[in-house]
Amino acid sequence: MKARNKFLIGGALVLGSASYLMASSIQDTGQYFLTPTELQAKVADDPSFVNQGVKIGAKAVPGTIVRDPSGRSLRFVMADMADSTKTYPVYYKGIAPDTFTDGVEVVVEGRLQADGTFHATTLLAKCASRYENAPEQGEGTPGYKEYQQYKGKHPAGVPKTAAPAPASQS
Amino acid sequence: MILVGELSLWVALLMAAWSATVSFAGARDGRADLVHSGERALYATFGFVIVASIGLWTALFTHDFSIKFVASYTSANLPKVYTFTAFWAGQAGSLLFWTLILAGYAAAAVFTGRGPRTRAFLPYVTGTLSVITLFFLATMCFGANPYERLDWTPPDGRGMNPQLQNPGMAIHPPMLYLGYVATSVPFAYAVAALVTRKLDAEWLAPVRRWSLLSWFFLTIGITLGMWWAYVELGWGGYWAWDPVENASLLPWLTGTAFLHSIMIQEKRGMLRKWNVTLVATTFLLSILGTFITRSGIIQSVHSFAQSPVGNWFAGFLVVSIAATAWLVATRLKDLASQAELESMVSREAAFLYNNLVLVGISFSVLWGTLFPILSEWVKGEKITVGPPFFNTVNVPLGLLLLALTGVGPLIAWRRASLSNLRRQFTVPTAVGAVTGVALVALGMRDFYAIVCYALAGFVFGTIGQEFWKGTRARVSMHGENAAVALARLVGRNRRRYGGYVVHFGMVTMFAAFAGMAFKKEYDITLRTGQSYTAKDPWGHTWTFTSQGVSAYKALNRYVTAVGLDATRDGKRVGIISSEKRQHVDSRDQPTFEPSTEVGILEGAKQDVYVVLAGVTGTDRAEIRVAFNPLVWWVWFGGFVMGIGGLIVMWPQAERRATRRESGYVAELPPAPAGEPVPATVP
Repeated sequence: MKARNKFLIGGALVLGSASYLMASSIQDTGQYFLTPTELQAKVADDPSFVNQGVKIGAKAVPGTIVRDPSGRSLRFVMADMADSTKTYPVYYKGIAPDTFTDGVEVVVEGRLQADGTFHATTLLAKCASRYENAPEQGEGTPGYKEYQQYKGKHPAGVPKTAAPAPASQS
Repeated sequence: MILVGELSLWVALLMAAWSATVSFAGARDGRADLVHSGERALYATFGFVIVASIGLWTALFTHDFSIKFVASYTSANLPKVYTFTAFWAGQAGSLLFWTLILAGYAAAAVFTGRGPRTRAFLPYVTGTLSVITLFFLATMCFGANPYERLDWTPPDGRGMNPQLQNPGMAIHPPMLYLGYVATSVPFAYAVAALVTRKLDAEWLAPVRRWSLLSWFFLTIGITLGMWWAYVELGWGGYWAWDPVENASLLPWLTGTAFLHSIMIQEKRGMLRKWNVTLVATTFLLSILGTFITRSGIIQSVHSFAQSPVGNWFAGFLVVSIAATAWLVATRLKDLASQAELESMVSREAAFLYNNLVLVGISFSVLWGTLFPILSEWVKGEKITVGPPFFNTVNVPLGLLLLALTGVGPLIAWRRASLSNLRRQFTVPTAVGAVTGVALVALGMRDFYAIVCYALAGFVFGTIGQEFWKGTRARVSMHGENAAVALARLVGRNRRRYGGYVVHFGMVTMFAAFAGMAFKKEYDITLRTGQSYTAKDPWGHTWTFTSQGVSAYKALNRYVTAVGLDATRDGKRVGIISSEKRQHVDSRDQPTFEPSTEVGILEGAKQDVYVVLAGVTGTDRAEIRVAFNPLVWWVWFGGFVMGIGGLIVMWPQAERRATRRESGYVAELPPAPAGEPVPATVP
């Protein structure tokens, strides 16, 4: 047999087994990435969907985060980014990332329990400010609130100078 | 200066447009005046981009918070060094930074490409590079302008994300960009070679040099990225198969494949289609990587905010792919191979498999990264794959690659004889086998780890044997002492022995990766004076005693710290402390979420990695302690790979002199039939 053909056979074997590994591990470890709305629809369709490993992209509802004093577990309510009426309570066991705060966009990985609580095994907080903290027109920059109030009272125009820094508020 | 910079951006845009137009037109009509004008315009583009960049740096250092970019990423109390690096901390600035490097490379490529051997390609190289530069400038001018102004001037900026305030983050992005961007020059040469149909070896020399440069910076950049993730993100590892990490790995993989397959084309005239495709793919993958990071299309913890810039990149990517595919398809005849594979037991075959595996790995990584999008298109459902997917697929492929790393240098070109095989393989195989057996005897049971270490032993055997034989030959022929012989051996065959140094670094890294299979983690709670005793993977007993929690204010942050007094087997080794930090702005207002500083006690055997998870009351500290075996060797391996890359790249000044030296070829180890003369192409 020509060396070229032998090589092609060997190559096909390598690529074939790689593809097999890829396909089977997607079967085994691939996870649905859903929004809370989609999760509700799935569960409504097929009650056995409860307790299947999924990833959910949602938002942590402000004010619902209850941290265990030990810092090892926490509870919060996640809501759909588009529809805040679709919510799930989440229980997460583990150390929360530094970026996890009120209102942050989260990705939780875990299983929905029969009682409707989502038990998360991983919690990723994707903060818009993680790498890209560009606020709309400087929202979040110091003095922004003062500026907004000032702007409202002077509809004629806004001087392009710095609002005087108020005394330290700490 | 700021205004001048802003204007320069637009002038650069016009210059790049001019350069692109006249370069292609001049090349088509054979008009030297237009071609020269295009080259000069490209130099000018570089000049104006420099001015534009200086303008942005000026804005950063003068704290001109009326500029959105400055207000968004810096604050008045930000340390100077991070004010400087804020240049690439955000989208718009990093695009300008990218353009700065690109324009610099383009100018350098045109300047070094004026020689007689590459002259014919130059108009198209200039044109292609101008088009790419034009694209980046247009993206900035119309999509994400770093000079965009706010309609008011905040008294202070938002400050820089504390996680970016790290020396690793200061160097990692520039290195990665230097690597990413350098792929454009080989791409430009590939386009030029395809257009002019001059597809013999001439275009490969500059392409190889630039690919090496790109490979070198990507290697450093990726290693620094791993280091940054490890010391800064605090989750205990250095690689999470995050889309952004994958994006940096992809061009590295195809670039590595190319640096191997180019040797086959130089020696045998084979693989011409493949090489052109690899060069183009590497460039397209680095654009894709940028697209992934910038568009927010794939869920990633580090992606930039969703932005219209993503669409620009998607468009550019589609156009580039279409253009490349058309060029290759219309030139298939010119790309015909000049030789055939003669035997499966030959260096060509080993290199071909090496390419196959590297491209297989890149394909699987690409597939896994894009799978959420693909599945949504095809099935309407977003399905994600995580580390288990990447590990299942890439661990076996990686081990195969490791084996090939050991085989390639040992086997002869064209057709290896049985005696060649016996002479070359005995020692390395023995080293590998002994390593494997010894580890099993010592009680190691992790299958992949054992295979990895056995193969690593095999490759170390290969490299050691190569250096040993080469040095011994010089010693006996020239009567030099061993050190001189070794230095001259490497110095006169930089490409070959530099490559071995790179292999050495890579194998060290693989061995270190396998070490993570033995990681141990403990979650503990300690009050002041309380201790915890744990065993590390090597069997040592460690005791950690809390020294208490302290809280204080430093520079631009409030710090809560815990110190652990660590002893190993009863001997005190030192204090490891971990901090929680709350950064504040110049008016003492908290900025960003609290961040964690991990405490790491580095060692050759393992890192002791301490993370403060939280404090209850005043002194009850929740701590995670992890033993991460062999991590230090990852950084070491990356460093060695960098050194190897430098050896390979170092210009061979006395090349001609060396060639005249008659001993040059003969002084190699007893060459098996067809053993290559080390290449002299720089």
